[in-house]
Amino acid sequence: MVAMPEKKSPPGGLASRKIRVLIAKPGLDGHDRGAKVVARALRDAGMEVIYTGLRQSPEQIVAAAAQEDVDAVGLSILSGAHLQICKRVLELLRAKGSGGVRVFLGGIIPAQDIPLLKKMGVAEVFLPGSSTQDVIRLIESSLPVR
Amino acid sequence: MKKVLEEKPAESPPGPHEVPFTTISGRPIEPLYGPDRLSDFDYARDLGDPGQFPFTRGVHATMYRGKPWTMRQFAGFGTPGETNARFKYLLENGGHGLSVAFDLPTLMGRDPDHPLSLGEVGKCGVAVTSLADMETLFDGIPLDQVSTSMTINSPAAMLLAFYIAVGEKQGVPQERLSGTVQADILKEFIAQKEYIFPPRPSMRIIVDMIRYCTEHMPKWNTISISGYHIREAGSTAAQELAFTLRDGIEYVQWCVEAGMDVDSFAPRLSFFFNSHSDFFEEIAKFRAARRIWARVMRERFGAKNPRSWMCRFHAQTAGVSLTAQQPYNNVVRTALQALAAVLGGTQSLHTNSLDEALALPTQEAATIALRTQQIIAHESGVVNTADPLAGSYFVEKLTSDLEAEALEYFRKIDALGGMVAAVERGFPQREIQEAAFQFQKAVERKEKIIVGVNEYAMEEKPFPILYIDERASEEQIGRLQTLRATRDNERVRQGLARLQQAARGRDNLMYPILDAARAYATLGEMCDALREVWGEYEEPPVF
Repeated sequence: MVAMPEKKSPPGGLASRKIRVLIAKPGLDGHDRGAKVVARALRDAGMEVIYTGLRQSPEQIVAAAAQEDVDAVGLSILSGAHLQICKRVLELLRAKGSGGVRVFLGGIIPAQDIPLLKKMGVAEVFLPGSSTQDVIRLIESSLPVR
Repeated sequence: MKKVLEEKPAESPPGPHEVPFTTISGRPIEPLYGPDRLSDFDYARDLGDPGQFPFTRGVHATMYRGKPWTMRQFAGFGTPGETNARFKYLLENGGHGLSVAFDLPTLMGRDPDHPLSLGEVGKCGVAVTSLADMETLFDGIPLDQVSTSMTINSPAAMLLAFYIAVGEKQGVPQERLSGTVQADILKEFIAQKEYIFPPRPSMRIIVDMIRYCTEHMPKWNTISISGYHIREAGSTAAQELAFTLRDGIEYVQWCVEAGMDVDSFAPRLSFFFNSHSDFFEEIAKFRAARRIWARVMRERFGAKNPRSWMCRFHAQTAGVSLTAQQPYNNVVRTALQALAAVLGGTQSLHTNSLDEALALPTQEAATIALRTQQIIAHESGVVNTADPLAGSYFVEKLTSDLEAEALEYFRKIDALGGMVAAVERGFPQREIQEAAFQFQKAVERKEKIIVGVNEYAMEEKPFPILYIDERASEEQIGRLQTLRATRDNERVRQGLARLQQAARGRDNLMYPILDAARAYATLGEMCDALREVWGEYEEPPVF
């Protein structure tokens, strides 16, 4: 995993700390263009971004989310495995007591799966053509005010 | 879907007069090109007639009058039985060749019951776990009557072995098999990221396979050196050109260093490019590719056979350019991109379906994609003469500029110690990542307009797509369990042990791979045997 260089808690403590986001590529797919563009845009917007690298299991992603104490997890899935993977990640987050972490999904997702994903607990699904400004705004607005 | 378009972007968009006149790759374009742009231009040196060195105008003298391009559409989904039915449908309806799309567990050398295969089996392509699946995939299709292209890279040698073994069972000797395995591992490290082993042992498998095919399979194209995925990952046109051809140089270099005569294998090398949206830049890219490769092969490697000098290539229209919004617009995008590939002199072409940004294609969408090529071939008239844009001040200047930019990248990569060394240091990966980010910023600033996305958006109805469920996964795992219970497991164990022994030494890996394949060792078992010897590659996760 790699963290951005200036990864430090600001002096104001938790109340003013930056939003922390884990960007993860689960499954076997290697198409990482979207994950990397989003990771960089979130970092440029002042968030602390940790990128897992490729082919992470749901177990590895949830362990990284706990270890890095993130507010949100962004999953990038283009292969069609999103239902199985999101279900497992959300179950594991709840089991580990990290149920408050917001989970976002980006990729090629059939419209008919979006209600299922939201019911499962995915906070938002970003489809091709989404702007990074939109991703930033939705992550900011979905987190509790602090 | 969210209404992303009604939000004001963070930076206000420039007015029309401020938008730079650049290609999609960010290359500035002048208002007018005249003879002064080609002051040192020499027809014989820089173009030559079609079929003549340096092949800028095409690899054949008569181009499409003599031989039309091959319309080769990529297909694969679900179980081997389902894809076999689709293949038969395609052949019965006039298709000449097959092009196999494999699922991610197959591409990554994992059996369908591996934990990382969760949700992936049969989704992006067909699942092929062992020789038994390959037998089903080609059941009733005589391998001496079709040519088959297989998009497979890290485990290319294993899938080729399965194919050879199916031929043996059909009574077709390997000398008569024709087709291609993609087998371009360098672009996996650079762009598509479906690698298994570290770069150097990965290169060894490819060299062993090229040697094997050169000795035993005269009709087989050994490798398809690919820029398609480099471009899809976000590279510019010049980066696609440079990295692809530099990958080609790397393969030739490794084969020559392994003791092979350049003219023994170079005629069977082939290329695969993206045909993107910027019409003239793409045409210039294809023309530059042929000129660069001809000069490299003759001058850098001393190749004497004219066939070794020819950059023969397949093209595919740009999947990344297609939008989930207003999907019918994608038919127009694909038609323009396909026209650029034809004007650029491609040998074969895949046109993407209009639902590419949503799912795998429905049969209807795939049919429109094929019809697009047929309309260009039969109605547009562009096939009547070879390289019709030659001599255009603009196209010739662009061709030369792209060539110069690619040669500059060659110098940088040579200075890093070659492409394997450059990949290990993340050089091409970083260049592509930066270009992808800059393009996204340009779109968000509206310097680049994507119709239906950041301009001309509208309310839309749901669009019907092909939906693939979990049934293929269950079926595939069931077939695997039956195979493990019925094959000769002692023979499999011995075959895998011999594969590991060869991997530790220097013997050609194709022979033990073929023996293990014939014994019905699975793809996952063979790859695991090699993972134990070589380890798995993990790239540093930088962004």
